[in-house]
Amino acid sequence: MIRSFYLFALILVLSACQKETLVEKANRDGIFLIGNSAEPKSLDHQMVTGVPESKIIGAIFEGLVADHPSDDAATPPGAAASWTHNEDLTEWTFKLQPDGRWSDGAPVTAHDFVFSYHRMLSPALAAPYVEMLYFIDQAAEFNREQITDFEKVGVKALDDFTLLIKLKEPVPFLPSLTRHYTWFPVPRHIVLQFGEMTDRFTSWSKTGNIVGNGPFRLTEWRFHDVIEVERNPHYWDAKNVGLNGIRFYPIENPYTEARAYRAGQLHTTYMLPPDLIKDVRKNEKESLRQEPYVGTTFVRLNTTRPGLSDPRVRQAFSLTINRADYCNYITEGYEPTKSFTPKMGSYLADPVLEFNPEKARQLLADAGYPGGKDFPRYSILISKASARAGAEALQAMWREHLGILIDIESKDWGSYITAQQTLDFDMASAGWIGDYLDPTTFLNMWTKGNGNNNTGWSNEKFEQLLSQAAQQADPDERFRIMKEAEAILLNEQPILPISWYVRNYLLRPEVKGWHPLLLDNHPWKNISLDAN
Amino acid sequence: MLRYLINRLLQGVIVMIVLFTLTFFLVKALPGSPFKTEKAIPEHIQARMNAYYGLDQPLPVQFAKRATNILKGDFGSSLRLEGREVTEIIGQAFPVSLQLGLVAITLAIFVGVPLGVIAAWKKNSILDYSTMAIAMTGICLPSFVIGPILADRFGQKWEILPAMGWSNLNPLFWILPSITLGLGSAAYLSRLTRAGMLDTLSQDFVRTARAKGVSQKNILIRHCLRGGLTPAVAYIGPAFAGIISGSLVIESVFALPGLGTHFIKAIETGDEPVLTGIVLLFGILIILANFATDILGYWLNPRLRS
Amino acid sequence: MSAITANAPVAVEKGASLWGDAAHRLIKNRAATISLFVLAIIFVACLVLPFFPSLIPDPNIQDLPGKNSPPSAAHPFGTDHLGRDIFSRVLYGGRITIAVGLITTSVSVTLGVLWGAIAGYVRGYVDDFMMRIVDILYALPFLVIVILLGKTIEPWTTTLTDDTVGLIVGQGASVIAENKTRTWVEPITTLVPLFLAIGALSWLTVSRIVRAQVRNVASQDFVEASRSLGLGHFTILFKHILPNSLGPIIVYTTLTIPGIMLFEATLSFLGLGVKAPNSSWGILISEGADRMSANFWLLFFPSLFFAATLFALNFLGDGLRDALDPKSSKD
Repeated sequence: MIRSFYLFALILVLSACQKETLVEKANRDGIFLIGNSAEPKSLDHQMVTGVPESKIIGAIFEGLVADHPSDDAATPPGAAASWTHNEDLTEWTFKLQPDGRWSDGAPVTAHDFVFSYHRMLSPALAAPYVEMLYFIDQAAEFNREQITDFEKVGVKALDDFTLLIKLKEPVPFLPSLTRHYTWFPVPRHIVLQFGEMTDRFTSWSKTGNIVGNGPFRLTEWRFHDVIEVERNPHYWDAKNVGLNGIRFYPIENPYTEARAYRAGQLHTTYMLPPDLIKDVRKNEKESLRQEPYVGTTFVRLNTTRPGLSDPRVRQAFSLTINRADYCNYITEGYEPTKSFTPKMGSYLADPVLEFNPEKARQLLADAGYPGGKDFPRYSILISKASARAGAEALQAMWREHLGILIDIESKDWGSYITAQQTLDFDMASAGWIGDYLDPTTFLNMWTKGNGNNNTGWSNEKFEQLLSQAAQQADPDERFRIMKEAEAILLNEQPILPISWYVRNYLLRPEVKGWHPLLLDNHPWKNISLDAN
Repeated sequence: MLRYLINRLLQGVIVMIVLFTLTFFLVKALPGSPFKTEKAIPEHIQARMNAYYGLDQPLPVQFAKRATNILKGDFGSSLRLEGREVTEIIGQAFPVSLQLGLVAITLAIFVGVPLGVIAAWKKNSILDYSTMAIAMTGICLPSFVIGPILADRFGQKWEILPAMGWSNLNPLFWILPSITLGLGSAAYLSRLTRAGMLDTLSQDFVRTARAKGVSQKNILIRHCLRGGLTPAVAYIGPAFAGIISGSLVIESVFALPGLGTHFIKAIETGDEPVLTGIVLLFGILIILANFATDILGYWLNPRLRS
Repeated sequence: MSAITANAPVAVEKGASLWGDAAHRLIKNRAATISLFVLAIIFVACLVLPFFPSLIPDPNIQDLPGKNSPPSAAHPFGTDHLGRDIFSRVLYGGRITIAVGLITTSVSVTLGVLWGAIAGYVRGYVDDFMMRIVDILYALPFLVIVILLGKTIEPWTTTLTDDTVGLIVGQGASVIAENKTRTWVEPITTLVPLFLAIGALSWLTVSRIVRAQVRNVASQDFVEASRSLGLGHFTILFKHILPNSLGPIIVYTTLTIPGIMLFEATLSFLGLGVKAPNSSWGILISEGADRMSANFWLLFFPSLFFAATLFALNFLGDGLRDALDPKSSKD
């Protein structure tokens, strides 16, 4: 018996050695294997806020407008076949696809959309990302329970396939906005099968129950293992879908992910640690992708603290950050910022940020802290181990040029967020990724009381300019006003922008239809695998 | 025998109670909350979430509630993977960890024990020294050194085996993780077996058997093995416990979807229901393993049956 | 037949003590002696050298342009992803790992000896009860509880660190001075919960062994004789019984240290023990493992030191066991 065991083991081991890698097999099967960083919290897109979730949701669901494979600004038809707007861009009418179907065959109607927005805006649901819908007229009021009749909110189903959206202010980029998953529809008939409209985390979005209107449908969900979707035959544009299925692997450790890619287990990774870039460049250059990504890293300051309340002090800190060095050595490949909002279309604020220690020291002295003397002992908050290198670099720069020593304090993610929300911090290392391609996603958050501001800073003129821009229909004039607003932000410096994100990741050459995109939302239906 | 069983059962129950209480209060004291994400959650929504999960009740109330629920078989839902029942989560993860553990310990036994027997047989030969040297290496090179090296060479460099991930059906995925996990136990087992065999070999009855002309092979296998295996068998219980805790590292290195991964995530986010579930499960497994070891030990060595 | 002449010196056999015999046997065991030397070198390097900053560069100084460079004259073990010198990080990291090993082992051995000795000596219900507790604790998933315990105590360590630094540095000290003190205080105070957590649960095996030993020794005649002489229990236990049980205690102490070091390294590897930027061998190995394909020296040197220490401790423990085993013959 013992002998046969060893024989069996030997046979197992010999037959085990792979004949082809997993990726090669997947190429033949038309299945796309993607590293997706984290286990998604849920696939109910009204209950999530993260990027990993959005990737999967984008495969199962579709918004009014679709993403274009190579042009960030283009707005190809999605669930809506066409749309029109009124003169001042406050009313938009969407005509839905006549063949639009959920993955169980039921038609996608305007009533589904109205139901979806009603659900998301209902205070009982406690949707974490609800503020994305506040562009809609009376939406904020409904969500804050200032009004209770949803009829007053600006969404109406004019007929089964026509949706009217009324906005609070002119929004020229509304079609782009609807590409974000917070604007996606949920299947009313399925959601109501598993509970009330506003019941949180019911079973409607689990495997076997979930139904979507996107190019793929969910077949399997194993925690920390894989989420698998397959082609959705009911999708209105099914004949143009290039893949047979996608497997999302929630690999958190980017080094493990890189290892998996190079072991032939993945077509693409979520990211690539800077340490490995040189090695990859040497050994498999064709896999390396380094593309601009619409986000900014910055230091958030608590302007209610003594010392930090003085804009001269804040500017001094900003002037002593050597952004070029920082990007060169810490965040390899990231671009040093000259303003806050990354370039979007024709929008780019005037470059004002510079490295000028002389001027900084003068400003610091003017503010009453010559040479850093008597400056309070503050610390900078970080949440991830990966942010420590950057914090240590900043610490060294400020110590050298200003004579001020800033400590580094590390908290776990939850406490890190809370500390900033409750203004219980001095400085914090932070970052912001844009939700859509318009500067408002980078500027609106700095208004008074916004949940993502957390600096204690607000400025009347800044907010005035922003609402002026919101009323402005002419896009060029609008951008001009917003640049003026951003100039105020950059002068006052409640935040110290450091770098613009660059996405470093790996992609196999046989993946077709994948182009660099600022928002990094690659429409799955346009991807295909070249099996040769 | 029956008295012994009841005794052990009672003890097991006490352990579980201690374990549950300890875990509950430790977890409640953990920093961090499961509800934070990248974007700010408005306060009125936060308050609703806390009320929904009963997190705003005083501690003793929460404790009593959890205890009664567990006895009813309701382990609650995860706080991190909202809406997911703990039983569902553990139900997915447990088979993976179990399979990994079984393969690892089978490897450990079928590699470690024979090596130990061979080393005892050819005592003080090159074979003996080399096998014991390898064993020592297995004990002193931690799994978090060996694992990444194996994954790097066999996975990334030579592309023979997958570098990460798990499949319940495809044995390719089992090889590297279970070798890494079982190596330490195999090493210990081989040393213990060798020591036990040498001990037995030095006994008088062996001298008698040899005088009677019994072959060395028969002496080893028929006469000595049973007694010689005693220290090794006694180790299997702790070995199993070691494999359970070792799986935390292995699952991290190879990104396996097992209990260890869920445990670490639950710790990071203070997900008490999941933590309680996993810890209780670990507790039961260890109790069972120790129990099985004791029974095996009694069977092998009649002298222990008092 | 030979005759003993009156002038020939009488050969007197020199008296040999248990310890003398043991030491003799130990020295003859080459593996053990080599291990002892290796350990001495590593321990001295890690525990003493960091006090001489002129010899060892600061492990936290970053040299960003020089990051990820292979071993060279300036950096004998190379630099890591932030340009920090690996050689000094290995030594500083070793200091922490070894300190955790030594301190925690002493805590746990002390606890175990006390517990086991009392149980073994007093016997009866007390013994039963004490060993029951050991059994129950033994069944707990060790690593899991330690992680929980460690994480829970974490917030207190920040307060502890601040308070200690404040105490040492005094009021109104300069920022730079305070930071300097903090650099060496912080690793110690943040590790206290780790020491406690591990020590609190690892004394069990020692207590069992001590109890068995004490029971053995306590049943011997000389103990009864001491009692009848009127010696108190305390005296008997600590002055007569325990010294005779020292053998196994020493062996298991030596063998516990590597186990605990491995434990600490595992925790640090998982990110649950010592935290960056403090180095411990576990952290260095985890950082090295990630970057192994690109910069192998990041993994090689910490692993080398760690494995060597574990090897040496194990060989030494084995050697001690062989040396102290009364069943071994005199020669």
